Amino acid sequence: MPGHDNKNGLHDIVAAGARQDGSAGRRFWRGLGELAETPAFTESLHHEFPNDPEKENSGVNRRDVLKLMAASAALAGLSSCTKLPTQKIVPYVRAPEEIIPGKPLFYATAMTQGGVATGLLVESNMGRPTKVEGNPLHPGSLGATDIFAQASVLALYDPDRSQVVNYEGRISNWAAFVEAINRLRDEQKATGGAGLRILTGTVTSPSLAAQLRALLAEFPAAKWHQYEPCARDSAREGARLAFGQPVNTVYRIDRADVILSLDSDFLCSGPGSVRYARDFSARRDPDASPNASPHASPNRMNRLYVVESTPSNTGAMADHRMPLKPGDVERFAIGIAGSVGLAGLPESRSIGQFAGSAWFEALSKDLENHRGASLVIPGEHQPAAIHALAHAMNHALGNAGKTVFYTDALEAEPIDQLASLRELVEEMKSGKVDTLVILAGNPVYDAPADLDFAKNCLGAKLRIRLGEYDDETSELCHWHVPEAHYLESWGDARAYDGTVSLIQPLIAPLYDGKSAHELIAALGGHSDQSNYDLVKDFWKTQSAKDAKKPGKESQKPDKVFETFWETSLHDGLIAGTALPEKPIAMRGGFNISSQQLSPSAAAESLHIVFRPDPAVGDGRFANNGWLQEVPKPLTQLTWDNAAMLSPATAAHLEVVNEAVVELQLDGRTARAPIWIVPGHADGTVTLHLGYGRSRAGRVGTGIGVNAYALRTSAKPWSADGLVIRKTGERYSLASTQMHHAIEREGKQLDEPSMAAFDRELVRIAPLEEFRKNPEFAKDPEERTTKALSLYPAMPQSAEYAWGMVIDLNKCNGCNACVVACQAENNIPVVGKQEVAMGRAMHWIRIDTYFRGGLENPETVHEPVLCMHCENAPCELVCPVAATTHSPEGLNEMVYNRCVGTRYCSNNCPYKVRRFNFKLYSDWTTPSLMGQRNPNVSVRSRGVMEKCTYCVQRINAAKITAELEDRGVRDGDIVTACQAACPAEAIVFGNIKDPSSRVAKLKAQSRNYGLLTELNTRPRTSYLAKLTNPNPELSSPATHQRKE
Amino acid sequence: MDPVMPEPSAELGVSAPLIEPGHSYASVTDKISAIVLTRRTPRWWMLGFAAAFCLMMLLFFAVAYLFAVGVGIWGINIPVGWGFAIVNFVWWIGIGHAGTLISAILLLLRQQWRTSINRFAEAMTLFAVSCAGLFPVLHMGRPWLAYWLFPYPNTMGMWPQFRSPLVWDVFAVSTYATVSLLFWFVGLIPDLATLRDRSRNRVGKIMYGILAMGWRGSAVHWSRYETASLLLAGLATPLVVSVHTVVSFDFAVAIIPGWHTTIFPPYFVAGAIYSGFAMVMTLAIPIRAIYKLEDFITLRHLDNMAKIILATGLIVGYGYMMETFGAFYSADQYEKFMILNRMTGPYAPFYWALIACNIVMPQLLWFPAVRRSVVGLFVISLVVNVGMWLERFVIVVTSLHRDFLPSSWGMYYPTRWDWATYVGSIGLFLTLLLLFLRYLPMISIFEMRQLVSQTSGKTESRVSGNLDDV
Repeated sequence: MPGHDNKNGLHDIVAAGARQDGSAGRRFWRGLGELAETPAFTESLHHEFPNDPEKENSGVNRRDVLKLMAASAALAGLSSCTKLPTQKIVPYVRAPEEIIPGKPLFYATAMTQGGVATGLLVESNMGRPTKVEGNPLHPGSLGATDIFAQASVLALYDPDRSQVVNYEGRISNWAAFVEAINRLRDEQKATGGAGLRILTGTVTSPSLAAQLRALLAEFPAAKWHQYEPCARDSAREGARLAFGQPVNTVYRIDRADVILSLDSDFLCSGPGSVRYARDFSARRDPDASPNASPHASPNRMNRLYVVESTPSNTGAMADHRMPLKPGDVERFAIGIAGSVGLAGLPESRSIGQFAGSAWFEALSKDLENHRGASLVIPGEHQPAAIHALAHAMNHALGNAGKTVFYTDALEAEPIDQLASLRELVEEMKSGKVDTLVILAGNPVYDAPADLDFAKNCLGAKLRIRLGEYDDETSELCHWHVPEAHYLESWGDARAYDGTVSLIQPLIAPLYDGKSAHELIAALGGHSDQSNYDLVKDFWKTQSAKDAKKPGKESQKPDKVFETFWETSLHDGLIAGTALPEKPIAMRGGFNISSQQLSPSAAAESLHIVFRPDPAVGDGRFANNGWLQEVPKPLTQLTWDNAAMLSPATAAHLEVVNEAVVELQLDGRTARAPIWIVPGHADGTVTLHLGYGRSRAGRVGTGIGVNAYALRTSAKPWSADGLVIRKTGERYSLASTQMHHAIEREGKQLDEPSMAAFDRELVRIAPLEEFRKNPEFAKDPEERTTKALSLYPAMPQSAEYAWGMVIDLNKCNGCNACVVACQAENNIPVVGKQEVAMGRAMHWIRIDTYFRGGLENPETVHEPVLCMHCENAPCELVCPVAATTHSPEGLNEMVYNRCVGTRYCSNNCPYKVRRFNFKLYSDWTTPSLMGQRNPNVSVRSRGVMEKCTYCVQRINAAKITAELEDRGVRDGDIVTACQAACPAEAIVFGNIKDPSSRVAKLKAQSRNYGLLTELNTRPRTSYLAKLTNPNPELSSPATHQRKE
Repeated sequence: MDPVMPEPSAELGVSAPLIEPGHSYASVTDKISAIVLTRRTPRWWMLGFAAAFCLMMLLFFAVAYLFAVGVGIWGINIPVGWGFAIVNFVWWIGIGHAGTLISAILLLLRQQWRTSINRFAEAMTLFAVSCAGLFPVLHMGRPWLAYWLFPYPNTMGMWPQFRSPLVWDVFAVSTYATVSLLFWFVGLIPDLATLRDRSRNRVGKIMYGILAMGWRGSAVHWSRYETASLLLAGLATPLVVSVHTVVSFDFAVAIIPGWHTTIFPPYFVAGAIYSGFAMVMTLAIPIRAIYKLEDFITLRHLDNMAKIILATGLIVGYGYMMETFGAFYSADQYEKFMILNRMTGPYAPFYWALIACNIVMPQLLWFPAVRRSVVGLFVISLVVNVGMWLERFVIVVTSLHRDFLPSSWGMYYPTRWDWATYVGSIGLFLTLLLLFLRYLPMISIFEMRQLVSQTSGKTESRVSGNLDDV
């Protein structure tokens, strides 16, 4: 470079070296050239005079302007030559000729978890996906979603998502990667791929599976392994034990009158849980419901029995619940199996300890009495034998084909994933693997500790990783290829019942993301094929195969396919692809041997239970702020996991909340803070997976405890022999709801919950009592009819009065509404410190109260949001009229007018107002701005905010109605929380219209308001919770096993 | 000088002197004006001012950080939306009350013993109100919009929301501050003229001259002065009652148990006077010792103030009793819970400390010996100041932290910034007070001269036209 002073150049390199030393990047450098690749130095090379003092002072100089002009002119010419291929995606509801600014479009797509798809509709505002809703046509969703789907849109915009192809930690590109792959192909061809191993998660995608099979056909010696930390190996193996083949089990919860859950959280986790929650809640309506399935016995609530170790949402919904140690769950299952007439059970497993219990006898009788309408659901984490036992019980009870049916496996290749991973590790250890391709997953972090994946994977000479984040696994891989988010890629996957759900992108990849399809195609030498073509061509081939079958109309196949393709994309699923019910018989000579069960543990030994975290799952969602901050069900913990145990066990071990203990299991240790959970099984500690990530991103790195450090492949879900050692340290945990135990009449009770019941905030009665006194929950008339106020009444709209009803009998506390509200209303994440200070910003929260002794209390979830009081205490005290009343009854917040005195919040008896104590909204990270709902203000520091009943949705519906010259119809407006709710517990609408759903629900006898004695006249009301206890068990839900 | 007068310490009845014998007009003027004009600035003043100034800088630092980051630097949260800022606001406003009471009500009641303490009590009022006035602005989420609380014509077409007690507060406190300032300033004019005439330094002459507003001591001036001060006293008198009544409305109008109480207005006013007199005592005792003003602020003054403290303390105690009684008598479960939570909940130590400070300790004032013990009075006055601060803390925080829905129960822990702002506001107060002591006559010179004639046995009307500027 002319004029470049050598001395200066050297100086720069030395300076770059100094920078390098200070950074946490690579410690060693091989030469000045490599060192000088720092961005700062590279940039300095672009300046003609690197140390030009004038440059510092002037913002833009002549040279830059000319350079930019030249570059843009060149680029303009370049881009005009490139014709981008058209990849048509089909909008769901309306297909305007052009996008109308301000009008969102909805596209159907699907998100997979554990390989299983849930159908979604994603809202796109001007090309930006902003909000996820459920796809009403999709059997796994029926319009609802879970928290993971709701939060997935944030992951799309996560600034920490990996953005470029990396080779050995340095920025590279796709072309270089393809080149390397082609070299690899040439090498592998010689050996038939003997050294090639592909590790994927669970694959249900027909197109991806076809690609993988084609690849394996090309390289017959290569192997395809699958591993997910929370795979359904037990269920698979259980089906094999029972039927001799791995089948998929589908439950028809809506047809079951009596359900027994053996440690299964079927309402909130696992494939189909969103659908199951819907089906379950349809049977929690004491009055005949028009939505109830025709198979349901009318007017009859189902009855749910749950035995479980770790309290779950499903357990909280139980009419009878029993906390049991993991091993005891198995013993219990064997006992029940024996009493419903199963033979061939292990003798050594005496049911003696349960025989005397009224609970136990009543349950088996109840199941027997409902033959064909009962259902036994084994937990995903129970051993295979229990799954087999449950299949046998369902067969014995005549439930097969009625409340439970079987299909072919969802997985393209159903295998024992732990065994698969173990085999891979062994081969890597022995040096048989020279190329390892890891598609998604994060085995370095989440593989069982005994396999020591991090060390053993180094045995593979070339490691290639496709991942959304540059995480623990990518760190140990040579090549890292950024994975496209599902909202950026084409794909397909099967739903819980086998329905093929199409994944269509809402946006072109924000970064250099590639899908698994593209990576496998590249491995197969087809790097030129686009993601779109790979998926579409597969289905084209499939439909051509179908067309060859007799009975098909002889239309032009192309045209038929295009119609089929567009319809399927529009619907988000391929019609008729649900796997057919498979008539299947129990394997002859079905027998369970003792070896298949957990060994009987010494009574003194502590058990540890591993479960996926209710908020961050197996750890893949660790960098999602919404999920980190959502208060976990039952514990209300945020931002951490903890060693959870029962009050009695805590007392026995003399530990208190937040005390740090060392968990020792088979020579492995982890340190975790204690959290006492009412209703937890005694002598058992639950530790959630998914925390303790070392390379998750700026949100998820370094928080919580890594439970994988204790988890072994032999005992992936529960283990005994846990030793707890106190450390004397404290670690503060951030919970959003206070609980503290007090002693009353020899029982441990929760004081705040007692107050809640005294104050009749939650009203609950057994079904029998409700039948006798249907108005048990009703507020006295004077609290709901008189509207005494010193001030004149607000003007009222003649047409609309918005209101909401929340059915406590349906809510299972899954938090979907909380995250949906956060996504819809641009609610910021505040971080652990602020949550601990009591400043979480959620507009809707799930209050949890416990009734009865803390060893096994009844649990009630109560979603609380702004009540939109007709006599709102907040409005009177605002000095600047920043919170006002609309004629339609909305209690409105005018952010621009708010000066932040917080008087309104103090005076709100429901404490639903949230204050921006600091600048919580992220106003600086550009990528996050894409996620924001353009119809909701992003709040700044110092203003109050709260639930608006999704006023933006109300107004959109009103505008549409006005354009069509009609009134708003019932169902036109669905609030974000209502839309997300899998249980349909939330209903919103116009209470002035007596035929609206909300008005009908408000007319029900179970309808009551919170704190109506304060004359607030809340517009949000609740339907009292009912339980359906077995009459043979006197006191509901609180039975402890008699030892 | 006058043998008729009894010895000062013998009896502290009405006949006890309000000014020690032996003073002439000239000696009174000399003694008081010398503090400002001739005596060297004492060493303790310099040290005290340095300390107070540092604390004031701490306040400015805390406020700067507050404006930069937001009220999130404090410990407030949901449910406890108000914390130290409002506690301090009510506390400072309460302290201010004594000054107005002394200068206005006691003036109208012709209580001449007020003379020697009214000037600095008024100054204290003014400074306390200044401190108090800061907090409502600081505690706002967006303090730069504080002016929206005033009714002024604007393009938004918006008035404040007149149903909100916070708007009433704005009127009450700003009126109070204005009247207090005027009253204080009008009362200062004759003395400012004295200082103008006696000042030997040119800057002093000019400054005091401007402030004296041309006072020449003519009969017309005195007549106007008396009319003005009577009128202002008349205006200020209802304010003594109204300001703290309105402040109490901030709480009483709300529906939170522990706030929603009809007894609050009288109980707050009594509490304000209680804390105000305690603060006057806290300040008067060291000042009279340091400036050797025992002649002017006599034991009789302290005795009278102690009696007022005792009386208002009993009213406050009655308020606490009625609050508790009302909670149980109402049979309202939220009220009952609130009282029990105060007495036994996580903030119970604060409640019992408040009872000890505000009810138990002041009972010592029944004993004349305690009322005559300067040290004893000083300690009790400090205790009462602490107690009254605790009272506001208990009212604001314990009512909010556990209200209706147990799911929202929380705790409030003040942060270092809460403390910095509080301690800093004391620094601001002391800084202003020390400047006042140094540059203005802390005791009304001309009113003290009127008392001279009393100690000389002459009975003159208080309004005497023949007093002129010496």
